[in-house]
Amino acid sequence: MKQQASSGGPENSSCAGVPIRLRGVTKRYRAARGGEVHALSEIDLSIEAGEFVSIVGPSGCGKSTLLMLVSGLIPPTAGAIEVDARAVKGAIANVAVVFQRDVLLDWRTVLANVLLPVEIKKLDSASHRRKARELLRSVGLGEFEEKYPAELSGGMRQRVAICRALVQDPGLLLMDEPFGALDALTREQMNLDLQRMWLRDRNTVLFITHSIEEAVLLSDRVVVMSSRPGSVADIVRNDLPRPRGAHTRSEPRFLEHVERIRGHFLALGVLSET
Amino acid sequence: MTTVEEVPYSPIASSRLGEWAARNGPVLGVFAALFVLWEIAVGALHIPNYILPSPLVIADKIVVSWQLLLLNAFVTLQEILFGFALSVIIAIPLAIAVVYSRIFERVAFPFMVSLQTIPKVALAPILVIWLGYGIMPKVMVAFLISFFPIVINSVIGMRSAEREMIYLVQSMGASELTTFLKIRLPKALPSIFGGLKVGIGQAVVGATVGEFIAAENGLGYLQLISQVRLDTPLLFAAVVVLSLLGVLLFNTVAWIERLALPWSRLATEVAE
Repeated sequence: MKQQASSGGPENSSCAGVPIRLRGVTKRYRAARGGEVHALSEIDLSIEAGEFVSIVGPSGCGKSTLLMLVSGLIPPTAGAIEVDARAVKGAIANVAVVFQRDVLLDWRTVLANVLLPVEIKKLDSASHRRKARELLRSVGLGEFEEKYPAELSGGMRQRVAICRALVQDPGLLLMDEPFGALDALTREQMNLDLQRMWLRDRNTVLFITHSIEEAVLLSDRVVVMSSRPGSVADIVRNDLPRPRGAHTRSEPRFLEHVERIRGHFLALGVLSET
Repeated sequence: MTTVEEVPYSPIASSRLGEWAARNGPVLGVFAALFVLWEIAVGALHIPNYILPSPLVIADKIVVSWQLLLLNAFVTLQEILFGFALSVIIAIPLAIAVVYSRIFERVAFPFMVSLQTIPKVALAPILVIWLGYGIMPKVMVAFLISFFPIVINSVIGMRSAEREMIYLVQSMGASELTTFLKIRLPKALPSIFGGLKVGIGQAVVGATVGEFIAAENGLGYLQLISQVRLDTPLLFAAVVVLSLLGVLLFNTVAWIERLALPWSRLATEVAE
């Protein structure tokens, strides 16, 4: 199952993201009390290597399901998923996941938490330890290596979770509302941090969010999904120059993109002005 | 890299002794006042020793009969420890089976929970018939009574890992064994220790009650003999030793917990 060659260590892997292709991906769940839930319907989506793509959509439109499908943790009912030109069958090696909850392990120190994937994937310990320290330093947590998660604030914990994802040099980073539980100010800072790290590493990122502004700010393309069964309603391309920041939010084109996406939600009845 | 808003919580640091005194001082004060009141009341009301001996009489009895008490305490301690060890050895693997096997989850676990409603001490006389007068029936009662809190807490603990946490390690390609060792088990430890702390107290009760039913030695047996002889001070002395035994055992488990899970105490301290 380990497709990623871990030879050479993390230093010289200039971390090229991997492309993703979804063709006619459909997912139906058996509901707890009989019947079926049609979560996703006929999703077609191609994501280039190193592209940052956000998915926005109403609650329950199958965004998270889509993420689980791409990670290979659950199989699609129909359709095909390819990551790095290989069909996804079961958990794939060069993917990292970040959830809304940081799910740090309380019994491990910050550094040991970041090194969890290194242990599980049995990667080279010394070089990744160096890389983990570097990552923690780069998000301002250098002095917290030996602290336990209980001693950190919510924003700091989520930063640790992101470091834990990035230490593996994932070709694909799947993020399921990673900043949804943070306050607005922390969230803005985390957006900038994430952008900086992505500009450095250029992994492919599939980013789920409820915030239209956040999606537009970070993404090359924003995928707008319709209500259940989830399908692609629109794809908004955003070519605004990077690095983007507070100044971007007031640019006319930024506002145009946001308005266009909001328009979809109004049309879908997810947002209502009356 | 700038962090905008965050100030880290610093772990509570202060002198250990001062903290201990501050925490336990009021309780110790209440106990001391109670004993003084008891001593005065027994003297003032001329209550005879066989009804209610004063604290000093009990203390004197403990000093005089320390060998007798120690000898019997050792027997009871053995029963408690064997019973408790048996509980741990059976309960934790069983909890793992309940978490991982549908059959155990659907059949064995509900069955065990319904068995828990049986008052275990009521089984003691039956166990005496089956196992005789020796140490075994007491070990079995101690086992039966301490078993349930351990197994139930272990199951709850092993189920407490968040779904995302399991997905996370699975996405890293972790096997079921790795998931258990790195996630489920450490996640369950605080809950397991909770069960152990309840269980060890219950084991003391079980062993003592077992000795009430049929025994040739042990603190419970000593109490029965003292009762027959109307030696109330010795009866109280046995109660004191039994309590000390219980406190000692409980604190031993709590101490091991603190050593094994330094992060757990940290989590609760910060949460406070």
